Parts: sequence; structure tokens; C-alpha cells
Amino acid sequence: MVPTNYYLLLSAILFGLGIVAFVFKRNIITIFMAIELMLNAVNLAFVAFSQALGKPDGEVFVLFVIIVAAAEAAVGLGIIILTARNRRSLNVENVNLLKL
Amino acid sequence: MSAQVVIFFVLALIAVFGAVSLIVQRHPIHSALSLILVMVALAGLYLLMGAEFVAAVQIIVYGGAIMVLFIFVIMLLNAGVEERTNLSRLAFYAGIPLAVAVTALIAAAIVGSKAATALPAAAPDTLTSTRTLSMLLFTEFVYPFELTSFLILVAILGAIVLAQREN
Amino acid sequence: MNEFLTHWAFLIVPIVKIAILVFIVLTVDAYLTWIERKVIAHIQARWGPHRVGPHGLLQPLADGVKFVFKEDPMPANADKVAYFLAPFITLMLAMTSLAVIPFGPQRFTVFGYETHVGIADVNISLLVLFAITALAVYGVALAGWASNNKYSLLGGLRSSAQMISYELALTLSVVGVLLIAGDFSLRNIVDQQAGSGKGLWSWNIFPQIIGFVCFFIAAIAETNRVPFDLPEAESELTAGFHTEYASMKFAMFFIAEYTNMITASCLATIMFFGGWLSPFPDSWTFAHYLPSVLMIPFGLWVIFDGVKYENLFGRLLLPGVGTVIAAIGAALIVFPVANDAIQGIFWFLAKVFTFLFVYIWMRGTLPRFRYDQLMSFGWKFLLPVSIANVVLTSAVILWRMH
Repeated sequence: MVPTNYYLLLSAILFGLGIVAFVFKRNIITIFMAIELMLNAVNLAFVAFSQALGKPDGEVFVLFVIIVAAAEAAVGLGIIILTARNRRSLNVENVNLLKL
Repeated sequence: MSAQVVIFFVLALIAVFGAVSLIVQRHPIHSALSLILVMVALAGLYLLMGAEFVAAVQIIVYGGAIMVLFIFVIMLLNAGVEERTNLSRLAFYAGIPLAVAVTALIAAAIVGSKAATALPAAAPDTLTSTRTLSMLLFTEFVYPFELTSFLILVAILGAIVLAQREN
Repeated sequence: MNEFLTHWAFLIVPIVKIAILVFIVLTVDAYLTWIERKVIAHIQARWGPHRVGPHGLLQPLADGVKFVFKEDPMPANADKVAYFLAPFITLMLAMTSLAVIPFGPQRFTVFGYETHVGIADVNISLLVLFAITALAVYGVALAGWASNNKYSLLGGLRSSAQMISYELALTLSVVGVLLIAGDFSLRNIVDQQAGSGKGLWSWNIFPQIIGFVCFFIAAIAETNRVPFDLPEAESELTAGFHTEYASMKFAMFFIAEYTNMITASCLATIMFFGGWLSPFPDSWTFAHYLPSVLMIPFGLWVIFDGVKYENLFGRLLLPGVGTVIAAIGAALIVFPVANDAIQGIFWFLAKVFTFLFVYIWMRGTLPRFRYDQLMSFGWKFLLPVSIANVVLTSAVILWRMH
């Protein structure tokens, strides 16, 4: 029997690490992966609450979050490929013009 | 300590190690592999919490489809090692206090909130069957379910349009 | 000692079962290469390996020794982590997928610990197998990328794209079986096919023939076998994603491929052909003697073939093996308890070996697909047919409910 607070603490740590990766990495794909890490941390919190309250509603929400993350990854990576081809680099510091 | 707490700590350590490795690694492929490690560890944690279907879907969809997409894009774009500029060095060393502060704030907010203290201390050992999940998904949550299928259709169309060659 | 075993039985019994299963599977893998080379050779009107040991039976041993002693190179500028990780991931996933397969119906108790024939009995065993299939793409993609060789990268990307495309058809073709059985657990799928003792007629192959054909084709594509083996064929892209791997790492890919074949055959028998169920109706009790009826004449034939062999080693080994087989067959007649216990496993192994023979037969007979034909077959034919199978099955189930 693991206390629910342990899971919530782990979720907070992973979310914080995701924010750190999002702010401090400069490769656009790594930043995108940090977003996925944050989504995973939130999923963990959802399932922890679902187990604590005894209702399966949280797990259904996790399924929706996973589906939305998949759709977002597909479109986001398409945009990244186009931007990278245009700018010829994957460094976000190079995407600093308002017009491509 | 019961066996479950031991397994929890092992999986939690693997997940945190993977997340730190995502930040520390210089090549995006190694960051992607670390993220896959985090996802597999989280799937193990879901199994520990009795959510077996969610654990399987996490590995199949997240670990087997989304991360494969990431790895394909990294290979196709031939992403190289990240360069070290002055700005990135400053950010790396000055950012560690910020990281600790943000994590502590979120942790305090989650653990100290009224909702968290109202929960029972340790949840009972239940196994959520797929039948329960699917009954819920198709009765109470049928509108979001149909909307997400629409969303996926829109995403497919968007990806196809974005990947077209200019004629 | 007895109390120690009883207290820790929940840990020791699975470890012993895992050790036995890994040993058996590795031996079957090795002799599967022998069977494959012999069968393909006879299809092509030549002998296969026949020099190393009687009838070439020690050829897998020679191959193993060769793999151990060969040089294990690493290409310059290769990504060391990914290069080491790729064969390791592939072999680990192939071996893990055997953990959730039930091999027989019996449940027995050892040292007070109730267990069954199989390593893990989970509620979602089919989903676990799909998860492992989904993760198997990484081994191939990382192997192609880590070799720092543009042909390997191209072969690796082609192979992973092929695996992802056919993974969808694989998953959807099984949904018909899931709708009929109502459960993800492989053990329950077989139990549901037991029906009313009608034997062959209650298996899932009859309502789900389209699903079986789609599943088998998708499984061949997933395991990278002929006719879908363009990414790893030696005459194409210089052996594809495992070009730069030699010796032990190549052996890991090799073993993983044969283990994946075994897992796909086990899945096909469990889901569509009744697993460990006998095709004869339950009332035909004389059919219980079939293992003995097959083993005794085969053992005697091996003895007669062995005593006429050309060198001394064959004259000793083959009659020995034949005597063991005939003795086991006779023992099964004399001890009916053993005979009842062996029935489920005998039928399971017979069906799995039939599917493995079909795999090898296809390798000797069919030409391979070109890459664009392969992708268009997967997306434009197999996926719509699988979806149509799901719709048809649900329509029939709904109609039968009223």
C-alpha cells in the first residue's frame, strides 16, 4: 500500500524536471520531448487520484490525454520538419524572425 | 517496508533518472531514449496502482508510436550534438536554483492542498478491469470519445497537408 | 530447507520456470535453424548440412561455437550506447514475450504455491504481447542508425516503417477474436474455444477465417520473414540494418528473429486453433494414445536408420536418441497419469511446429516483395480488410444477441 502522496510527489518532481528541460534546452525536438514529459507527469497524478478515490474516471481521462498527445505530436513534428528545412538548423535561437 | 513500497521506489528512481538524463544528454537521440525509459517506468507505476489497461495503452501508444515518431524525425533531420554557447552555459548553471524552486513550489502545492489531505492515507489494492473502463468510456464519456476521434482525423489531415511537397 | 522453500516459493518457482523455458527456447531456436536449412534444401533438391554430426544434427552447435570465437567489431564513429543497446533490446523483448504465453491447461501446486504451465498469468496478456511488438521497432531503428552506415540506416528505417505499418493490421485482425472471447487473457481465449467437447469445430478459425489470414500475413511481416524480408535480405541493401553487426551481437538478432517466429506461431495457435485443445471430440478417448502411436514408430525408425550410418559417431548417437524417444512413447502407454498430463502440451507443440513449418515452407517457395508493393499491400489491402472483419464480426454478434 503506497501512500498517494508519494505518487503526487513523484508527479511534481517529473513536472518540474520537464519545465527545466523546456526552458533550458535549445534543440526544438528536445523541447517537444519535455512537453511530453510534463504530460506524462500529469497522467501519473490522474491515475494516482483515480486509485485513491476508487473511481475509474481518472483512467479514462488518462486515455484522452494520451490520444491528444499523439495528435499533438504528429502535427507538431510536421511543423518542426518544415521549420527546420526552412531555417536549416534545429536551434530555437535561430527562429527569431517574425517572418520566415 | 512492504514489497510495494520497494517496487515504487525502484520505479520512481528509474523515472527520475530518465528525466534528469533527458536534460543532461547532449544528443537528442539519447534524450529520446531517456524519455522512453521514463515512460516504461511510468507504465510500471500504473501497473502497481492497478491500472493495467492504461499501462498497456501507455506503452503501445506513447512508447510504441509517439516516441517512434520522435526517433524517426531525429534520424531524418540528422540532428546533431547541441552546441555550447555562452548563453546556454549561463542558463545551465544559473538555472539549477530555479529548477529546485519550481519543483518545490509545485510539490508543496500538490501535497499540501486541501484535496490531497482529504484522501485516505493508503489506497486499497484494486485492479481496474478493462470492462469497467469501457463501460465508462462508452456511456458517460461518449461525447469526448467521439470528439477525440474527430481530433485524430484533423491531425492526420494536418500532417498530410504539412508534409506535401510544394508543386 | 522445506520451510525456506515454502516461504520463498513465490519467487523461486517462477525463476525455475523461467530457467527451464529459456533453456528449452534456446535449444528449439538452434534446432529450428537446422530444420530450416534441411527443409529449404530439400525443397531446392539438395541436401542441407549433413557433414557435421549425423544428418548435420550438430550444425547448430558448430554455428554457436563460431559465433563465440568470431571477432566482435565496432564501427568507428558509431554511437556506442545505441550500438550496444539495439541487439540487447531486440533479444530482451523477444524473450519477454514468451513469459505471458500459456503452454498447457494444468494448474498444479508445488511447495504450497499454486501455479500453472506458463510463467505469468495476467489479465491483459494479449495487450502485453502487443506492447512488446510495439517496442520491438526500437531495436531495428536503433541498429540501423547506430552503425554509422547509410545503407544500414536506410535498411533500418525501411524495416521499422514496415513493422509499424503491419502492426496496425496485426492488432486489428485480433479484435474479432477478442469480441468473441470477451477477454484479453490468452488462457481464457483458449478455454472459451473448448466449447462443448466438439473438438475441431468449436475453434476460432471457423468464425474468424479472414482474421486468421490477416493475422498470419501481418505476423510474417512483423517478424521480417520472407516474403517481407527486403530490409534484411543479403542480396538487397547489403543485409540491411544488421550489416555492421558480427559475432555475438548478430547472434542476438538471429535468436531474436527465431524467437519472434515462435511467439507468432504460439499466438496463432492460441487465438485461432484452440491452443492446447485436441481436434478430436472428447468422446474419442482412444485419441489420447496418439503421442505414443507417433513416438514409438519414429523412435524405432531412428534406431534402424542409425545402425546403418556411415561413421561410428552416428552409429552410436542416432540409436541412442531413437531408444530414448521409443522409451518415452512406451512409458506414456504404461503410465496413464503421465499420458493425461502430456496431452495439452503435445497438441500445443504439434500446432506450433506446424506453423513454424509453414513459415519455413514459405521461405523456400515465395519470392520477396518490393518495398513499395509491401507498403501498399499493408496499408491499402490488409488494414481495410482487418477493419471490415471487425465490423462484420460485431454485426454478427449483435444480430445473434437478438
